[in-house]
Amino acid sequence: MTEDFATDPTKPAQRLRAGSLTIPLIPWLIAGALVIVMPLFFQANSAITIMNQMAITIIFALAYNMLLGQGGMLSFGHAVYMGVGGFATVHIMNMSDFFAMLPLPVMPIFGGLVGMVLAMIVGSFSTRSAGTVFAMISLGVGELIAACSVIIVVFFGGEEGISGDRTYGLPFFGIEFLQQIEVYYLIAFWLMVSAALMYLFSRTPVGRMANAVRDNPERAEFLGYSARWVRFYSFVASGFFAGIAGALFAINYEILTEENLNLTTSGLILLVTFLGGAGFFFGPVLGAIVFTLVQTVLSLETELWGFYAGILFVATVMYFPGGLAGLIMMHVPALRLGKAGRLIVPYLKTLIPGLFTVLGASALIEMIFHYRHAAVGDDEMTLFWTSFDSHSALPWIVAIAVTVVGFWLTKKTAPDMAAAWHDANSPDGGAA
Amino acid sequence: MDLILVNLIDGLVTGLLLFMLSAGLTLIFSMMGVLNFAHASFYMLGAYFAYQISIYLGFWMGLLIAPLVVGVLGAGVERYGLRRVHQYGHVPELIFTFGLALLIEELVQFIWGKNAMPYEAPESLQFTAFSIAGNSIPAFKVFMIFTSVLIFIGLLYVLTRTRVGMIIQAALSYPRTVEALGHNVPLIFMGVFGVGTALAGVAGVIAGPVLSTFPGMAFVLGSIVFVTIVIGGLGSLWGALVASLLIGWITTFAKAYNLRMEDLLTTLGFTKPEPIWDSAWRDLWTLTSPQIADILPYILMVLILIFRPYGLFGKRDA
Repeated sequence: MTEDFATDPTKPAQRLRAGSLTIPLIPWLIAGALVIVMPLFFQANSAITIMNQMAITIIFALAYNMLLGQGGMLSFGHAVYMGVGGFATVHIMNMSDFFAMLPLPVMPIFGGLVGMVLAMIVGSFSTRSAGTVFAMISLGVGELIAACSVIIVVFFGGEEGISGDRTYGLPFFGIEFLQQIEVYYLIAFWLMVSAALMYLFSRTPVGRMANAVRDNPERAEFLGYSARWVRFYSFVASGFFAGIAGALFAINYEILTEENLNLTTSGLILLVTFLGGAGFFFGPVLGAIVFTLVQTVLSLETELWGFYAGILFVATVMYFPGGLAGLIMMHVPALRLGKAGRLIVPYLKTLIPGLFTVLGASALIEMIFHYRHAAVGDDEMTLFWTSFDSHSALPWIVAIAVTVVGFWLTKKTAPDMAAAWHDANSPDGGAA
Repeated sequence: MDLILVNLIDGLVTGLLLFMLSAGLTLIFSMMGVLNFAHASFYMLGAYFAYQISIYLGFWMGLLIAPLVVGVLGAGVERYGLRRVHQYGHVPELIFTFGLALLIEELVQFIWGKNAMPYEAPESLQFTAFSIAGNSIPAFKVFMIFTSVLIFIGLLYVLTRTRVGMIIQAALSYPRTVEALGHNVPLIFMGVFGVGTALAGVAGVIAGPVLSTFPGMAFVLGSIVFVTIVIGGLGSLWGALVASLLIGWITTFAKAYNLRMEDLLTTLGFTKPEPIWDSAWRDLWTLTSPQIADILPYILMVLILIFRPYGLFGKRDA
């Protein structure tokens, strides 16, 4: 089976010497500074909750991408490693004597170790092959452990899950983690540490070999590397960081349930990673940020957000397999040529009607949904800050008109955009 | 003894149902080398379409039309979706079908809502076919068995005895050569994908009235179908049959007979810790077979993958 995700020569990772353990300082410093100052701008508790959620998702997505993007292994059961790490952390938090001797910030190490041990056990047989077989095993094991959660009540707590209290730990320089903001900085610290470690891992010889095995396992074997063991190391490392994410989840929410283990959670992280872009290190970070925001905002606004997420996901796989990060990196050549500015006007000309098409179509979808499923007599609905009667003709005409005109304009201007794109990507005076 | 017979029949129904799904899935896998994650979603679509048709035209027209619609839809997905994604490789293909499964579930919820649909067996089949020691076997179950056996025989006949079947088989192993002989291989692929999904649609039509038609029905069966074809050996039709029946019977028997871990452990010479609710092993001691019936297929799969990674009937390594 030939794998997957062809290496992109524009990727900056390719130009660095293999095994050079350096971190490009500027982006990381910016990221670190952002993480530190964010709570100063968003002080509301709800905002901090969202940021905590985001940070945990980032770690998990990065860990997941060690498999998907860097190792070419598609896992349908990765929530298990995060979940089990989290469950173990809650158990440690509930061992009052032991927990009282430990400061809370070291807990993620335990979660990580538990996730790692589980990954070692499962990886010992699942990493024999990549591709479909690996995906199937991960699915089976994931379902198995998720189903066990209602059977092994001692560890998983059955239906209601298990809960703990993070404040019983040894105070850490006087901080007892009663406040949300203290937890935020704990999570932020672990976010930076694990992201940096995962980045460095991708630069080690093992990490580089993981890429080689992803692209051409046979050739890697001929070079004398065991594809299986290379996969195994990535898998174990990924389990470790997933466990850290799980422990942070346990610290943040203080409760874990079956939901942390099941296929839905595993599928969600695949979605996040792929939307962000599996081919680049920062892709999952982007995916986690955007997805958490969209999820929070959309799920407040509409019941159908899962439907939109599904459409977005399928469209991404079909048309932009590089994800969001891929879209951004597509523009690097144009930037290098200094011709990216020429793209702005054609982009606006096409994308603004495109946006209206999407909004019109989603309005139609919402109206159909309301028409079919709202209670009898409940004719009024609110959409885009306007209330109207979903059983009268006018809103339908408006929505259809917006959609059709938007689509027509998009289609009409699309060739210009393509031409501008071509122009911006070809050097001046060249054959093109 | 009578109970065994009843359970054998129940297990057979489950197994054959599973087989109708796994047969299509395994065919599609051996053809394109990609597992169609959305396969169970087509099964769900079959049930919903049949329900919608049965409102206007009755059950039998539903049985006839719904699989056709599902098959056409499946062929469309192959033509306009999978074929496009194919160029990116296998993993994006899998991801695509996974996304499709999510999307179809949301779509079904969007159109029909979250509640179960009142889709029922036709009146003409709502009687007791025969009864064994007081356990009545409804006629619909007999009908299900006959339909699936008929489909299996038909499939086997077409694949092994007809010219079309020969070309399909050849296209599975040597697509390039078959193409060079002047056959339209992409069309064959599209056809097989359509037929596979149509089979899943049939399964949905006849399973809907029994297992109830609700948006989660694909999710419930989806992963079991994968387990089935992994156990049977990826790409093997006979393996799919054996594994489906095996899983059908194992889960039915585990649910019907209340085997208790306590008895097993006592027989092995362990003493039960008292009081049991305080012991760390309480979950092990109170374990019963109905409790674990649903995870038995997964355990079986993990064991198979460890000891015989290519499945019961598969060729060496998929």
